[in-house]
Amino acid sequence: MRLEVEITGKTFRSAAGGTHEVLAPVRFALQSGEVGVLIGPSGCGKSTMLRIILGLDRDFAGRIARPPEARIGMVFQEPRLLPWRSVEQNVRLAAPEVSDAKLSELFRILELEAHRSHFPGELSLGLARRVALARAFAVEPDLLVLDEPLASLDDALAGRLRDEIATLVASRPMMTLLVTHSLDDAIRLGDRLFFLSPRPARIVQELPIAIPRAARSEAEIAAIRTELARRIQSEQGGVHAGRDVS
Amino acid sequence: MLRLLSFALFLATWWTAALFVGGAKLPSPPAVLQVMIVEASSGALFLHLGATLARVTLAFVLAMSLGSAIGYLMGRVKLADRLGDPWLILLLNLPALVVIVLAYIWAGLTEAAAIAAIAINKLPTAIVTLREGARALDRSLDEMASVFAMPRWRAFRHVVLPQLAPYIAASARSGLSLVWKIVLVAELLGRPNGVGFEIGVAFQLFDTPRLLAYSLTFAAVVLVIETLLVQPFEARANRWRPRAA
Repeated sequence: MRLEVEITGKTFRSAAGGTHEVLAPVRFALQSGEVGVLIGPSGCGKSTMLRIILGLDRDFAGRIARPPEARIGMVFQEPRLLPWRSVEQNVRLAAPEVSDAKLSELFRILELEAHRSHFPGELSLGLARRVALARAFAVEPDLLVLDEPLASLDDALAGRLRDEIATLVASRPMMTLLVTHSLDDAIRLGDRLFFLSPRPARIVQELPIAIPRAARSEAEIAAIRTELARRIQSEQGGVHAGRDVS
Repeated sequence: MLRLLSFALFLATWWTAALFVGGAKLPSPPAVLQVMIVEASSGALFLHLGATLARVTLAFVLAMSLGSAIGYLMGRVKLADRLGDPWLILLLNLPALVVIVLAYIWAGLTEAAAIAAIAINKLPTAIVTLREGARALDRSLDEMASVFAMPRWRAFRHVVLPQLAPYIAASARSGLSLVWKIVLVAELLGRPNGVGFEIGVAFQLFDTPRLLAYSLTFAAVVLVIETLLVQPFEARANRWRPRAA
């Protein structure tokens, strides 16, 4: 299975009548089992790009190719749970075919067992994010999209949740697209990093990481991080695709 | 407890007022109760009450279902809103009496004419309330349902309907009071039974005890419906809301 994104442009008409360019031409592809990471400044058009890829926004130039039968699991920036349904119902409504065993396993990994019958209004943001993650994984997605799943959580919690995401992403082959601000999250979770420019967004650099996700040691992660920081500094603004940083 | 106390205060005020004004204009509570008992034992009270309740139920269900559907459509589809809006404003401002009289002229003094006239009076307020509800729907949850490929019906039942529930409850509550005010006018003008008909008779005879006996019994019935049906529905629809401390 393969996701091909080929956006040639996206403009947005403002209420005042002017047009703004949100996305410059953007092209990339993602294979099954691969984690692509979009990194870019706030407001650069990442969310617009995600909406186009998810099929929520059809008003753009270009094309998105993904198998029509591909199931999508999505973790939105705000958890977007149904406040009037319990945690378990929220997951089951999105994934009616999920087995009891699979659901129990997900709730165990995400530490949600005690909250099955709670309503989302009774949960902290960290817990609500976990429910959104459980919902996305319960559909057994072919394409998993994570829109800043660790934003506004404290470091310890973000770290724990990141490990849980890594476990779940490794548990089955799927195309994963992660949007984040954090270089650290990108290096720990991603296979290929796409650095985006400020609005209108285009891909400034594409950086694959050769070491498999599970095999990355702390020392290697740190090394990649320094290397990345150096590279970003020296090549700011240029388009460099296909570099191997490890 | 507080409710009982409030009710007792109402009775006391009524009784005192009755003592001052005199029994012909304002009969005392026991006098009215006696009429109620007499009418109930003859069966007339239940016959008229039943007829009125049946009309209220039919007109209410008709107006609520039709009004909710139209209101939802107008809130969701811009074209429907623009086409329907002038009609809505016309209906909202049409006096109830005009609708009832016209219905009786066009369709005769029939049951169908009465129920249709009552329903038409309630219809526009149901539309307006549900349209507001549909406009206030959370787009981000719609997107969630669409990304997870929820079938239409499941999305409507679990994503849309719970958001509309408070609006439906508000519409039902205001609708019930509106319908029961209008049903009496329709009965007074063109039906041979029902609480409205009895009140018409009582008016002609200046029979205040009878008038109060019928209207108060009906008010009690409406109170029971509100407590047993509308309030539990609201409580259930809102049970997910974290309660204020």
